[in-house]
Amino acid sequence: MKIVVCVKQVPDTKGGVKFNPDGTLNRAAMLTIMNPDDKAGLEAALRLKEQYGAEVTVVTMGLPKADEVLREAMAMGADKGVLVTDRVLGGADTWATSTTIAGAIRNLEYDLIITGRQAIDGDTAQVGPQISEHLDIPVISYAQDIKIDGDYVIVQRQYEDRYHELKAKMPCLITALSELNEPRYMTPGGIFDAYDKEVTVWGRADLKDVDDSNIGLNGSPTKIAKASDKVRKGAGEKIVAQDAEEGVSYIMGKLKEKHVI
Amino acid sequence: MDFGLDKKHEMARSLFKEFAENEVKPLAQEVDETEKFPRGTVEKMQKLGFMGIPVPKEYGGQGCDPLTYIMCVEELSKVCGTTGVIVSAHTSLCVDPIMTYGTEEQKQKYVRALATGEKLGAFALTEPGAGTDAQGCQTKAVLDGDQWVLNGSKCFITNGKEADVYIVIAITSVTEDKRGRKKKNFSAFIVEKDAPGFSFGTKEKKMGIRGSATYELIFEDCKIPKENLLGPEGKGFPIAMHTLDGGRIGIAAQALGIAEGALDATIAYTKERKQFGRSIAAQQNTQFELADMAAKIDAAKFLVYRAAMAKATQKVYSVEAAKAKLFAAETAMDVTTRCVQLFGGYGYIREYDVERMMRDAKITEIYEGTSEVQRMVISGALLK
Repeated sequence: MKIVVCVKQVPDTKGGVKFNPDGTLNRAAMLTIMNPDDKAGLEAALRLKEQYGAEVTVVTMGLPKADEVLREAMAMGADKGVLVTDRVLGGADTWATSTTIAGAIRNLEYDLIITGRQAIDGDTAQVGPQISEHLDIPVISYAQDIKIDGDYVIVQRQYEDRYHELKAKMPCLITALSELNEPRYMTPGGIFDAYDKEVTVWGRADLKDVDDSNIGLNGSPTKIAKASDKVRKGAGEKIVAQDAEEGVSYIMGKLKEKHVI
Repeated sequence: MDFGLDKKHEMARSLFKEFAENEVKPLAQEVDETEKFPRGTVEKMQKLGFMGIPVPKEYGGQGCDPLTYIMCVEELSKVCGTTGVIVSAHTSLCVDPIMTYGTEEQKQKYVRALATGEKLGAFALTEPGAGTDAQGCQTKAVLDGDQWVLNGSKCFITNGKEADVYIVIAITSVTEDKRGRKKKNFSAFIVEKDAPGFSFGTKEKKMGIRGSATYELIFEDCKIPKENLLGPEGKGFPIAMHTLDGGRIGIAAQALGIAEGALDATIAYTKERKQFGRSIAAQQNTQFELADMAAKIDAAKFLVYRAAMAKATQKVYSVEAAKAKLFAAETAMDVTTRCVQLFGGYGYIREYDVERMMRDAKITEIYEGTSEVQRMVISGALLK
C-alpha cells in the first residue's frame, strides 16, 4: 500500500503571530511546528504502515524552510519527503494550494491520501477535500478511526454527538483530526537518518496538469482585506425549550435584544 | 570555528526538550519527594532509543554521536537531575566501556540489550574506603576453573538494584615492584544482576538526585563466567579511569542542565515577583545576577560541548572532560545558590523547583571525580 500524507509547517502560536504589511502571515519570522491535525494524519499513516505494511510519502508546500517539517516526519518514520516550493506558488489561498498539491500528487502512486482536517493558521478545512476533487477520488473528512479492509477503508467520521462509519474504495482521501491519536516522538537515530536522506524538491515545472491561472497569489480567488488576531468567543448558551415555538421565540428575543434584527 | 549546532543536532535537542517538558518535568517534584526511581520514564526513554544514543546501529543503538547524547542528558537535567544521571551512568559508565573494551561477543550480548533498552546498566568502582583514592579498593576476584569468584562490596552505586548489568572493578592479583612494594592489579568485569552471590545492601538517603537509586553492592563468593572479564586481565584501573573520563562529560552535561533549568525558572520568577511596586527583574541587582549567571552558563556549555566533540574525535580527552566537569559543576552550584537567593523565602520552599535544583547541583561537584580530582587532572597535564 502507498500512502501520501500532506503536512503543513505552521506558526507555533506559543511564539506569537507576525503579519506582513499585506495581511498575509510573515512565516519566516515565526517559530514553526508541524500542524497538529497533519501530525495526527501522519501518525495514522505510520500505524497503518506498521499494521498492514505501507510506504509513506510526506508532501508539503511552502518556503524552502518547510524542509524541516519533512525531516521531522521522516524522523518519526515516514519513508520519503517531497517539498513543493517555488516563488510563483507563494500567496496561495486554498484553491491555489489544493491545485498545486494535487499537481504534485499526480506524479506519485497512492492508495490513500491523508491530510489534516485543517491548519491552525488558516483554519479553513478546505484543502483536503479540494485535493480529492482535483484528483476525482472520494473523501472522508474528520476521521477519528481508520481501518483497512482489502481494497477498502473503513473510517469513523466524527459528528457532533456521534460518529458515522463509512466505507470507501481506495484510492481515497481522508482528513484526520488531532484527536485521532497521540503522535509518536521522533527518535534520535531517526533524526540522523532523516538528514542523511534526500528530500525531493519540486517547483512549478514539476506540477502535472496544472494551469498557471490556478496557482499562486494571482490564481487565488480569495483576497485578504484585513487580518487581525482572533477575538475570543464567549462560552455560548445552550437553549433548553419545551418545543420549537418556545425555542424560536427565545432566540428571536435574544437577537432583538442584541440589535441583530 | 563554528559555535552553532547543525540542523540535525538542533532537531535532536527539540526532541529531548519536548520529551523532558512533557514526560519528565511533571514528575520531577514527586520523584524527589518520594525518592522513587522513575521506572516509567526510563521505560519511555528505552522505547525511544535514549539509552543507546551514541551506540552504532549494528549494536542496537541510535548511531548518533557523543554530542547528541550529551544534549539529551542536558535537556533531561534542566527539569530533573535524577533522570539525567540515570541516562548518564547507564550510557557513559556501562555501555561505553563495553563498546570500547568488550569482545565482539560481549558487545553483541550486552551492548545490544543495553542500547535497545532491554537492560539498564551501572558501574561499580567506589568502596567505603576507596573514593578519590580508587587504588584503595579491596574487592577481589579469583579465577576458579571457568568462573571468576568475586568477594567484597561497593558503595554509592548509581542505578544500583534497578540495573541489570554492572561493570565491577576488582583486584585480580598483587605483585611486587623492584623495590618490593606491593601493587594491586585490577580487572574489570561484567556482572549480571542475577549472578549467584550478588546482592544489594542499603539504599542511600541522599540530599539531592533523590529518585536515583544509590545502593551498596555485596559480592559473597559471587560467581560469574570466565568470559565476563572486560578487557585484558590487570588493565581494570586504566579501563576505569578512561571510563570516568567519558562519565565526567555526562555529569558535566547534567550540571549544565541543572544550571540552565534554574536560570530559566528564575528569569520567569523575577519578571512576576513584585517588590517595592515593581518586578524584581527591574532591580539592577537582579539584572546583574542574571547576566553573570547567563555568561557562566554559556562558558560551561562551550566547555561541555567541546569535551563531547573531543570524545568523538580524540583517543584521549581527560583534560577536556576534567575542565568541563569542574567548571560546569561549580557553575551549577553557584547558579542554583544565587537562584535560590533571588527567589528569597520561596526559594527555600520545596514547592519551588530551584530548591531541588540547588540540592541536586551539589553532587555534581563530588561524584565521578570531585572538583579537586578534576584540578589534579588539569594541573597534572599542565606540569607534565
